Amino acid sequence: MGLQAYLTLAAVIFCIGLFGVVTRRNTIGILLGIELMLNAVNINLVAFARFHADVTGMIFTVFTICITVSEAALGLAIVILLFRIRRTVMADHLDLLKG
Amino acid sequence: MTGDVLAFWGLALLLVGSALAVVLSKNLFHAVLWLALALTGTAGVFLLLEAEFLAAIQLLLYAGGIVTIVVFAIVVTERLVGERISQTSRRIAGGAVVAAALLGLIVSAIVERPLAPAEPSIGADLTRTIGELVQTRFVLPFELLAVLMLAALMGAVYFARPDD
Repeated sequence: MGLQAYLTLAAVIFCIGLFGVVTRRNTIGILLGIELMLNAVNINLVAFARFHADVTGMIFTVFTICITVSEAALGLAIVILLFRIRRTVMADHLDLLKG
Repeated sequence: MTGDVLAFWGLALLLVGSALAVVLSKNLFHAVLWLALALTGTAGVFLLLEAEFLAAIQLLLYAGGIVTIVVFAIVVTERLVGERISQTSRRIAGGAVVAAALLGLIVSAIVERPLAPAEPSIGADLTRTIGELVQTRFVLPFELLAVLMLAALMGAVYFARPDD
């Protein structure tokens, strides 16, 4: 398969993730959408690294994966904290900062 | 060669299907399980791209770690079994339009560009190469990453501390 096939697959998954982020009302559901989007980016990086025979892209992917895991851990910690304070995880109800 | 093509299309179908299930399923717990499938499928794509090390990392960190954390968060914030776990979506039409427009934009850009048609092989032991580069050329970002992960872990522990 050519590079374009992998890029197109990643684009499709990225857009599905974006759809999830835009439409989900549950904060955890939004985080799942973000995970899908980051995952699609990783596919892009690895595909470019493979087709240009350059390992740098794969090292970048290792970094991305680590940062994504940090992001998920912190994001879910924030969700749990918000749940303690507001007793809800619905994004619409989290309007503490609304003027 | 045909095996590769077949594997790609199989994985692509699996990935797109499970990704759609992640954003569309009503049950949040099911959505997480579909996400686990999607992440495992991505590990398969990495294998197809001859990145065995990354496939292993993907399975360990993503499919193992993130799914565990998310399930834990769901259990803490909702009851694992029961009605409250169902979730609704809003503005589905608008979201679909935005996603489809972005997809069209990206795909048109991909199709326009002439992209590396040749497929040179990286050869050599990839895991060894990655390890050596991380310890030499990319040592500074690597150490920064360690600091970042430590900070993230401390932050998560701080957020999750018991009330006093």
